[in-house]
Amino acid sequence: MTKTPVLEIRDLQTHFGAREGLIKAVDGVSMTVNRGETLAVVGESGCGKSITAWSVMNLVPKPGKIVGGSINLYDRNGGSVDIAALDPKSAEMRAIRGARVAMIFQEPMTSLSPVHTIGNQIVEMIRLHQPVTKKEAEAQAVRMLDRVGIPKPTERMAAYPFQMSGGMRQRVVIAMALSCNADLLIADEPTTALDVTTQANILELMKELQAEHHTSMILITHDLGVVAEVADEVAVMYLGRAVEQTDVFTLFDHAQHPYSRALLGSIPELGKTRGQRLTAIRGMIPHPLNRPLGCTFNTRCPMAIKGACDAVEPDLIQTGPHHHTRCLAYQNGYTHHFDKKPEGAMRPSETIGGRAHV
Amino acid sequence: MADASAYVKTNAEIQVYDDDVRAEDVAGQWQLMWWRFKRHKVAVIAGICVLFIYLVGIFAEFLSPMDPNDHHTRYTYAPPQNVDLFHDGQWLPHVKGYQVEIDQFTLRRTFVTDEEKIIPIGLFVKGDEYKMWGLIPWDRHLIGPLNPRDPFYLWGADRLGRDMLSRVIHGARVSMSIGLVGVAISLVLGIILGGISGYFGGWIDNAIQRIIEFLKSIPTIPLWMGLAAAIPLTWEPLYVYFAITVLISLIGWTGLAREVRGKVISMKGDDFVIAARLDGLRTNKIITRHLVPSFLSHIIAQTTLAIPDMILSETALSFLGIGLQPPIVSWGVLLKEAQNINAVATAPWLMIPGLAVVFAVLTLNFLGDGMRDAADPYSHH
Amino acid sequence: MFDDSKTKTVLQVEDLKMHFPLIKGLMRRRVGTVKAVDGVSMTVQQGETVALVGESGCGKSTLGRTILRAYEPTAGHIHYNPRGSDNVVDLAGLNNNEMQKYRPDLRMIFQDPFTSLNPRLPVVDIISEPLRANKIAEGVEAKDRVADIMRKVGLRPEYMERYPHAFSGGERQRIVIARALVTNPHIVVADEAVSALDVSVRAQTLNLLQDLQDELDLTYLFVSHDLSVVEHIADRIAVMYVGRLVEFARAEDLFRRPLHPYTEALFSAIPIPHPKLRGKQHRVQLPGDVADPANPPSGCPFHPRCAYARDICKKEVPELAETGSGRTVSCHRADELALKGVL
Repeated sequence: MTKTPVLEIRDLQTHFGAREGLIKAVDGVSMTVNRGETLAVVGESGCGKSITAWSVMNLVPKPGKIVGGSINLYDRNGGSVDIAALDPKSAEMRAIRGARVAMIFQEPMTSLSPVHTIGNQIVEMIRLHQPVTKKEAEAQAVRMLDRVGIPKPTERMAAYPFQMSGGMRQRVVIAMALSCNADLLIADEPTTALDVTTQANILELMKELQAEHHTSMILITHDLGVVAEVADEVAVMYLGRAVEQTDVFTLFDHAQHPYSRALLGSIPELGKTRGQRLTAIRGMIPHPLNRPLGCTFNTRCPMAIKGACDAVEPDLIQTGPHHHTRCLAYQNGYTHHFDKKPEGAMRPSETIGGRAHV
Repeated sequence: MADASAYVKTNAEIQVYDDDVRAEDVAGQWQLMWWRFKRHKVAVIAGICVLFIYLVGIFAEFLSPMDPNDHHTRYTYAPPQNVDLFHDGQWLPHVKGYQVEIDQFTLRRTFVTDEEKIIPIGLFVKGDEYKMWGLIPWDRHLIGPLNPRDPFYLWGADRLGRDMLSRVIHGARVSMSIGLVGVAISLVLGIILGGISGYFGGWIDNAIQRIIEFLKSIPTIPLWMGLAAAIPLTWEPLYVYFAITVLISLIGWTGLAREVRGKVISMKGDDFVIAARLDGLRTNKIITRHLVPSFLSHIIAQTTLAIPDMILSETALSFLGIGLQPPIVSWGVLLKEAQNINAVATAPWLMIPGLAVVFAVLTLNFLGDGMRDAADPYSHH
Repeated sequence: MFDDSKTKTVLQVEDLKMHFPLIKGLMRRRVGTVKAVDGVSMTVQQGETVALVGESGCGKSTLGRTILRAYEPTAGHIHYNPRGSDNVVDLAGLNNNEMQKYRPDLRMIFQDPFTSLNPRLPVVDIISEPLRANKIAEGVEAKDRVADIMRKVGLRPEYMERYPHAFSGGERQRIVIARALVTNPHIVVADEAVSALDVSVRAQTLNLLQDLQDELDLTYLFVSHDLSVVEHIADRIAVMYVGRLVEFARAEDLFRRPLHPYTEALFSAIPIPHPKLRGKQHRVQLPGDVADPANPPSGCPFHPRCAYARDICKKEVPELAETGSGRTVSCHRADELALKGVL
């Protein structure tokens, strides 16, 4: 099976010039989304996962700005466009948003207008991106609503968002996002605000629709359960950096980065951890203005080595055929410091040495 | 899975990443607000200006060169004089005297500067006697002619030859304090009635809200006219002053009360208020310890923004002749003098009180804006 | 930990109801009643953790808060057995003044560490507030107790003069916990106590809560929508649906073999812990939305969404009945159904 990328983010830098100082919300993120697959971006608050998503939409909220790196969006013929290089307000960027890259938010009300019926909103969305008549668009909207599991879709066209439950609203948003047949769907915590029963249904629906439309997806989430349910690939982020990317099975069984492994160890598992202690990560997430030198995780890392991890910024290293990790324990010239080999460690491959802080 | 033993597992696992106490960490709400306010440069400048105006009002007797009601028919509509610092290359601060020319045809008197007549001026000079704040008898003025009988009209004179500068300075005291006292009354009424309305809800809230709506629905100018007409003409100026203040704040409190009510209602359900109740705190304590400090800063900012309204109301009333009456000197009373187009054409300096009103209202608004922005120092955390 | 042989019932809730009037319009007419908690009965034993679970709007938070008397209950009883005493008081029957005496015994940990701490007070004032309000300790003594509890929850006592904004979310939650525990309480209602926290900080906090329970002999009422967390920490679980208790049993029993169709559906929706389990789980699809607590359906409130509903379910409200082995369930067909658990 050959994988073709639909989105390639390379060394993305999105910074916020706050009054207190420069916040490097996204600081050198690289990740790849393959066609028809779901890349889950996992991380805790302040890790930059949402800002990464906003960067892909080229809609970074002020005072943020993409200051470096590339975001290459490929079409089916292999042509590509670098979103990071486009003006956020340009016609070209506007044509990409919605038509080729669509977004689903945690709170459905952020993308629904409270003063228009959902029917109107979907029809408008369809007609913005497809040359169809109003009638055709309406028929298509009803089909879409039916498809996302909204009962009595024809009647619901005239409903306002506030008349629907949270789960139904999220279905409408998904219908809107899919109605323009985007290549890439970015879902930012799409089920976080929903109850567990609704979450299961929405995830199921997204999986089905993705298979139907061959849509690729970036799923931003903090919930490893959601990752286990739907992801093909996983990128783990910590403090503005992607620290590990691999396929979902490898991550759950052979995670390499100490942060990924700690994260997996810290969630309670049904029937496994009852009555036991969870393996917690010590300490708190540093403030974005107070980022540790070297590896950003070194202040909380159980394997951190003084003089190395707090001084040298590790590179994102290919550690396996389909596995990238940003940790000195896998980096040439540093592996010997780590007497206890992390689990699943493979032979470190060739890489350029890390940059040292002076 | 990862080697569990590698992770710290005790209660003390919390790790501290900065040991230095930053000033911000131990700064309370007012300190944070001050820091935030300071960043708002325009508001700081406006604040200094407002402070200046109030200081002028407070020390009006001393700052004004003469008694504001002292009239000199010889100098009716005398134009402003210029201050020169040197005479014949020698240090001698002075103004020039006036010469009166009478137009042969129209018989109109016009003032021309008498280049020969040097009126030396100085600081802390002896002048009209006055009682500072009505208490301390004194006769020193910040600036004035060395000879008190010489004419000294930096901002010109009015129809009765009274010094405009002195009148505007005294007007500042009355106009600015009306704003302050009026707002203070509104604040007390607003916090008490709005607080009761919001905290207890139910029928009492209903009643207070209907009263507010009723008061707000009455057109203000006719209401004021009616009430001002009811003030007995025989009252002393001081009583009239307070009566007018109360009249103005009668409407002013309604906006503040709504503001307070909204804040209280939104905070009543906040977790930290419920927590305080579960802590066993009694209602009055919850209000004084948690609710009032939480909305006080907003209310003070709102209040600052309400002062200009009060000042404008007083000005409007006095301008219409139904507010303060001479001999009280307020900016509105002064502006009434400028009603006559003819007078304004011959003596445009009669409009100076209008500029004073604009200056005071603008600076208060800028100050209030800055305070409002600083009022919630926790919004960006 | 919960042990059948030597238990002491600290809390017995009996037919507790908490109804809120629905008020609308200019004239503030009462147009209906939201039955947030509608006839809940349950017992809680000394030292155990009872979890209250259910979807949003099921009344689990309201139940927790009503037990703490944050609200005035509409009807029912809350029998409480104070520590070191054989007396039982009905908290529901006390007025606010009488309740004051028991406030230090029953405490609450809030969900949101940002809104539940007054940002205008330094940490020492926040934590010591219940001590001063209830005249337990003042001045230096109160400060000592604050320092003590801060150490226990893993905060440095030197930081007590700082304001909440100087702390991160996880640290703030420790302040919230410290405030709840400083009075040396008996029963602690943890209302979504870890839901707002990041994954890595959540594990620390759960561990901390468990340690403190052992150390201070606490009884927890753990309100949560996160079923994996509940399975990890709870001894017994009460499942709620539209203001009612549908099932109450030991955690393991409930996960292995639920007796109520709603429990089965709810638990089947828990996300899988590992991708290799994809497609292997048995998911029960629930049609429709959660019933409106202002206008619940007749009979069993779950019947419009229940795959096993019969005519009787539409007409009669099922009783909350014991089924032996310490389980209670409110379903007409509990005996005949063989429902699937997730363990």
